[in-house]
Amino acid sequence: MKFFKNHWKIISCGIFIGLVATLLQKFGNPANMGICVACFERDIAGGLGFHRAAIVQYIRPEILAFVLGSFISSLIFREFKPRGGSLPLVRFFLGFFAMFGALVFLGCPWRAMLRLAGGDWNAIIGIAGLIVGIYIGVQFIKNGYTLGRNYPAYRFSGLFMPILMFALLLLLLINPGSANVAPFFSIKGPGSQHAPIIFSFSAAFLIGIFAQRTRFCTMGAIRDIIILRDFHLASGVIGLILFAFFSNLVLGQFHPGFTGQPIAHTNHVWNFLGMALSGLAYALAGGCPGRQLFMSGEGDTDAGVFVIGMIVGAGFAHNFATAASPAGIALWSPFAVVAGLLFCIATGFFMRKIIA
Amino acid sequence: MDKTYLDLRGLSCPQPVFETKKAIEDPSFDTLKVLIDTKTALENIKRLLSNRKDIQYSVEGGGEDYKVTISKLKG
Repeated sequence: MKFFKNHWKIISCGIFIGLVATLLQKFGNPANMGICVACFERDIAGGLGFHRAAIVQYIRPEILAFVLGSFISSLIFREFKPRGGSLPLVRFFLGFFAMFGALVFLGCPWRAMLRLAGGDWNAIIGIAGLIVGIYIGVQFIKNGYTLGRNYPAYRFSGLFMPILMFALLLLLLINPGSANVAPFFSIKGPGSQHAPIIFSFSAAFLIGIFAQRTRFCTMGAIRDIIILRDFHLASGVIGLILFAFFSNLVLGQFHPGFTGQPIAHTNHVWNFLGMALSGLAYALAGGCPGRQLFMSGEGDTDAGVFVIGMIVGAGFAHNFATAASPAGIALWSPFAVVAGLLFCIATGFFMRKIIA
Repeated sequence: MDKTYLDLRGLSCPQPVFETKKAIEDPSFDTLKVLIDTKTALENIKRLLSNRKDIQYSVEGGGEDYKVTISKLKG
């Protein structure tokens, strides 16, 4: 009971995300993908024409609303603090390679939890990989890994990410594109499946506020157990999984098994290693993809650079055939994952302040 | 290195709380001043300290920076 009393805010945030995500699926978002930060950023990359995979192109309002919700929340609660300068280029590539891993498994940690709650047991392999990746990241942190401190920055610089997201919202609403002019919107496939914009945006905006207040973070949930024996953030993630599961049962969206799962494949080795790469990259960057969006809304320009790294990474992943599909991994998926792991391990190893 | 004062401003999660944890678990720990600049780091450090019955702490500041003063309870 005391545990619940101490952690009810983060638990209710997780429950809210679990319910909203499964409802978004009911109202049109792809199966087991009510919210997936990696997939939705990939759709935005496609919508902007950064890749040519015609089935995954859409300006996902959830991503825009996450940043804008967090922005408004941080303004109201006086936590809007423009800051930056903690090795942004390194953070760009952490985001870039995190996306490579996410697009081999087919999901960010949020979607891994939603896949699990929908009965997709491949998610268990992915989450195991995620835990191993974060564990490796924690070892680097214990050995002095740091990208150094950030510094307070001009107020205007903190507005860049919210303004960018607002501009994307206008692109979505006005849709000035045509056959050869962006934005591009999928006619079939996952990119064409989406809940009504008003529902997606307002629900995700509320999540943005909630998550900004509670610091909800899926990577932090696992990391804090390993490094601090602290279950605070984990209690939120467990709330998400449980209530997404209950909601799926009620909505008839629970289909247990390994094979035939929506937007998933059954290659265990690369599901595991893809998520291990992502987990390591998130741990080295200090937040899961969702958390990076919320921090970018609070004025953390380094988190904004991570987000842009993920979007650019998605463009590369589809253009260079490293992104998996329901048919299995792609020609260059293993190459992308190994390259990403080498990058992250080198980053963790060479960027250490040896503390006497 | 001065082990009684840590400037942990601007560091990514979980470094502020992790460095604080390391410092208070050091055998030579008696008092410690920690400087941080986000509420997130403050909440994390408070949660860390709330589980320790042998420690007292106080927080100064707000707005920009927070200074947390931590000391061992003499029993």
